[in-house]
This record gives sequence, C-alpha cells and structure tokens, in this order.
Amino acid sequence: MNGDPSQFEEPILQLRREIEALTAEEGSEQGAEIQRLREKLTRVTDEVYSNLTPWQKTLVARHPARPYTLDFIGAVFEEWTEIHGDRKFGDDPAIVAGFARLKGKACAVIGHQKGRNTKEKVYRNFGQPRPEGFRKALRVMKLAEKFALPVFTFIDTQGAYPGLGAEERGQAEAIAVNLREMAGLEVPIIVTVIGEGGSGGALALGVGDRVFMLEHAVYSVISPEGCAAILWKNPAAAQDAAAAMKITAKDLKKLGVIDEIVSEPSGGAHSDPEAAAAILVPYLERALKELQKTKGNLLPEERYKKFRKIGYFEKG
Amino acid sequence: MSWFRKEKKPKEPVEQRPVTIPEGLWIKCEDCKEIVYRKEVEQNLNVCTRCGYHFRLTAAERFEILFDDSHFKEFAGNIRSGDPLEFRDTKRYRDRLKVYQQRVGQGDAVRCAEGSLEAMPVVICAMEYAFMGGSMGSVVGEKITLAAERSVEKKEPLIVVSCSGGARMQEGILSLMQMAKISASLHRLAAAGLPYISVLTDPTTGGVTASYAMLGDLNIAEPKALIGFAGPRVIEQTIRQTLPEGFQRSEFLVEHGMVDIITPRAEMKPTIGRFLRMFNAH
Repeated sequence: MNGDPSQFEEPILQLRREIEALTAEEGSEQGAEIQRLREKLTRVTDEVYSNLTPWQKTLVARHPARPYTLDFIGAVFEEWTEIHGDRKFGDDPAIVAGFARLKGKACAVIGHQKGRNTKEKVYRNFGQPRPEGFRKALRVMKLAEKFALPVFTFIDTQGAYPGLGAEERGQAEAIAVNLREMAGLEVPIIVTVIGEGGSGGALALGVGDRVFMLEHAVYSVISPEGCAAILWKNPAAAQDAAAAMKITAKDLKKLGVIDEIVSEPSGGAHSDPEAAAAILVPYLERALKELQKTKGNLLPEERYKKFRKIGYFEKG
Repeated sequence: MSWFRKEKKPKEPVEQRPVTIPEGLWIKCEDCKEIVYRKEVEQNLNVCTRCGYHFRLTAAERFEILFDDSHFKEFAGNIRSGDPLEFRDTKRYRDRLKVYQQRVGQGDAVRCAEGSLEAMPVVICAMEYAFMGGSMGSVVGEKITLAAERSVEKKEPLIVVSCSGGARMQEGILSLMQMAKISASLHRLAAAGLPYISVLTDPTTGGVTASYAMLGDLNIAEPKALIGFAGPRVIEQTIRQTLPEGFQRSEFLVEHGMVDIITPRAEMKPTIGRFLRMFNAH
C-alpha cells in the first residue's frame, strides 16, 4: 500500500518538471515544445484524474495541498467572521464556525478545519473534533435558526477524535445531539463534503436539506485503514476496503446519500483551489434559492423524508 | 550464592491455567472467573450469583423480562438486509448474513415489539448482540425508525435496549446514515412529547452510542457495561497510554454526567415503570 499521492501523480509531476525546465531556458524555438507539453499535461492530468481508484481518491481527498474549509470560506463568502467556543467547556479549533455573507445574503458557516503545516496541524488536531467542536457547531446553528439565517457546512475530517478527554466529555452524546437537533432545525442546511467525510464526526455536520460532494472527496462509515484492520485484520488491505465500502462521490450518488457531485478543476481541487471554489458557488446559491421557497418550519419535514428513505433492505 | 536463586518454580498464576468446563451444568463468569451453577444464574436473570456480573441477554430474553407476563407482539420482523454494496472482505457479506440468520434468527441485530410494561402500553426495541455484534446497518436503522414512528402514532413511550459494537461496516455509508435517520425519528418523538428511554447494556459503542443510545430522555445503564464512542483499543493506540481501570464503564459515565442512573437487571422493569408513570401523569 502506498499512502503518497505522488505515486499516481508522477506522470503529471514529470511533465510539469519538463515544462518548468524548458521555460527556464531562453530561446524562442522552445515555445512550440512548451505548448506541446502543456497540451500533453492537460491530457495526461485528465486521464489520471478520471481513472482514480477509490483508494487514490482517498489520497486526493487527503492531499496536503487540498483546499480546506477556510480556503473555501475565503473564496466563496464575504464578511466572514469567526466565533469561538461552546459556552460549556472550551473552543475546538478542529471546527470553525461563524457568520458571513453569500452574494450579500447573511448566513452561518461551519466546517471541519485541518492544518497546513505541522504547527497548524497540531493546533487543529488534524481536523479531528472533540465534543466542544460539535457543541460549538450546534450553538451556531441554533443562533442561525433564531435569526432565520441559512446554514452552510463543510465536511472534511478523518473522524471525531478518539481520545480520553473526548470520551470523558461525551463525544458520543455531542454527535448524537447534533444529529437530532439538525434534523429539527427550521432554517435551510446546505452541506458540502469537500475532502474526507469520516464517520460520525463528519455526519455531525452532515444532516442537511442538500448534500453536495466534490468529485474527488470520499465519505465513509470508517476510514479504509480502520475497516481493513477490523475486517481484513490487516491495515495494508486499505485499498481493498476503500473499494469494497463504496466511498466515492459517484457511489454515494448512486446510493442516494448525496444530491449532486460538484466537479473539480482538472488535476483535482488542489491544483486550482480558486477554480474549485468558483465551481461550487452556483451550487450553493441555487440550493439556497430553492430552499428559501419552503417555509422554515416545513423544512424539518422535508429533511426527514430525505433521510428516512436512505437504506437498503429486502422484505420477505 | 545459591540462596539467591529460587529453588522452586514460581506458582503458575491461577487465571492462566486453562479452565475447561463441560457444556451445560456450569458456566464460568466472564468477570470474576468463578464457576457458577448455570441454573442459578439463569434464575437470577443471567446475573452472576457471585459477583453480580450481567451476562449478555438475547432480545427474546429482554422482552421476557420487560413485558408483562412475557407477552408481546413483534413487528417489522420481515425486514432483511439486502447487501447493497455487494460487499466482500475475506468472505461475502451475503454468506455471513446467511450464517447469522440460521444461527441467531431472522431479525437481524434488533427486534421490535409492542406490549405492556406494568400495564402501560410501550414499544420496545432490543438489540441482538449475537447477530454480527449487534451492528447497525439498514435493517436496524429501518426497524428502530419504524418503532419510533409507531410510538408517535400510538402515543406510546419508546424503550430501546442497546447492545452493539456500532455501525455495520459491510453496508458502508448506508450504515452511517442510519444514525441520522434514527436520530431524526427521535426528534419527532420528542416533539410529540413522548418519553424515550435508552437502556445501555454491555457493550454499547461507536455509531450506536453516537446516535440513539445517548439520546434518551433517560439514559439507564446496566452495571459495569462498556459504553463509549471509540473502542478502548483505538483510544489506547491514539494516546499511547493504558487506559485507567473502569474507563468507559457505566459508573464512569455516571460520574461524567452522560448516564442518568445505573440499574441492575432485576430493578430495570420497576425502575422504567416508575418513571413512565410519573412522566405520563399530566
């Protein structure tokens, strides 16, 4: 098993290096060659990215350069102002929450946040929330409901933090309460899975009227490594587990878990974060427009119907 | 310096000696390791007569204890898992299901029934641990949701007895979504002003704890039950420390404010009955 995305990205990286080398050289006769290589790069990139295996998608979803929640917020919303704390115990930097405007319209925005460098990663606890994070998220959702503002959430976490303190302070209770309360929230909730959707920690921000998912994001009940360790008794079987669990956007669309797949720029969101955000904006706007036609107090009924029908079983 | 050396081999610790007991008359308590008389334990609601350890119960045994005169009407018994992902690890999920259906029964990991508890009509769901570790997939999600809907429709309290390792991996994301589905149905139950009692038994972990098991108006635990979100092994790997004694046990959860009351099995029915009478006294 290889946990490094540069493995399958190698042909792309190789071309980029060649182009860079040629660009650095002086001389006009190189122009045509550079052009040729650029075209080849686009072709190769599209080819690699349209044939990613579920495990490769997991690596793309975890790509160190992939845009995180705050990157999307910066590119999508105006007047973003973060607020902190659950008013009970503390503030959890693994979840960011606050208020902003989408094309002028005020809203609440909440999302998991990973860190870019080592220091940030530790500060953000690798995007793995503790109970305080979920409770902060719910507090902001309740505020949004009070002021009749729509809620946008962004999902990007390996899962809730499995630590001692988190258990002591009721990790399970915090997630459970979010699920129940989101089901009853009388304002629109628009969810986007932007990277990793890991288990209950992801779902705790995921009970929405619309659920979008980026093309190369993954969403699953347990990480492929976790599943491999338990069912295959071998963490190295993560590739098999990733395939068996059906975790890609296409799979989830087929299973009726998400509403729409949001395409990513060629080479994945990390190759052009600005473009990735620009592609997402119209989806969010359209969803909001549609949902605002429904009276707030009727939204929970619609949301219930949406989640009520998820599942697959036989009668006999 | 021979007086330094031990002449005799140290005694083999008692626990490490293999204990083999003939099937039937006697059973070994999983907690105190004592050999106890099976009949006595069974008459004691499957609680160890020496140390009070609560052996796991089947859903049928739960119903027998909780419903008046052990009389109840089961519903939603015809819902079976359909292997939506055509999942296969070292074995096909479909084949695994067949084995459990033959060995444990057709009810998957939960059974739902209606009846009366101390003369009050109630809906009870009891999880079946022997069926794939009580894991929650589409069937468990659908059945508990149906139970909550039935409670709302008939204005009856809902009791769910949890006993589960969490979400069923073989149904992937659909299992995760059952957490949302059940929790949403419990929101409606709460909005209807009906009591929901969550009974937590050994073990209740993962996605089951992080949804309906923690959402009771009352969370009632059996003594010494393992209750948590992450399993102890995962936490130990994360923090690289051995967990303290009693961590994630019922008593720990009461101490940390997550469980309302610990109730021994023999007291479970009268305790639930007492609360329900008070909650319904408008």
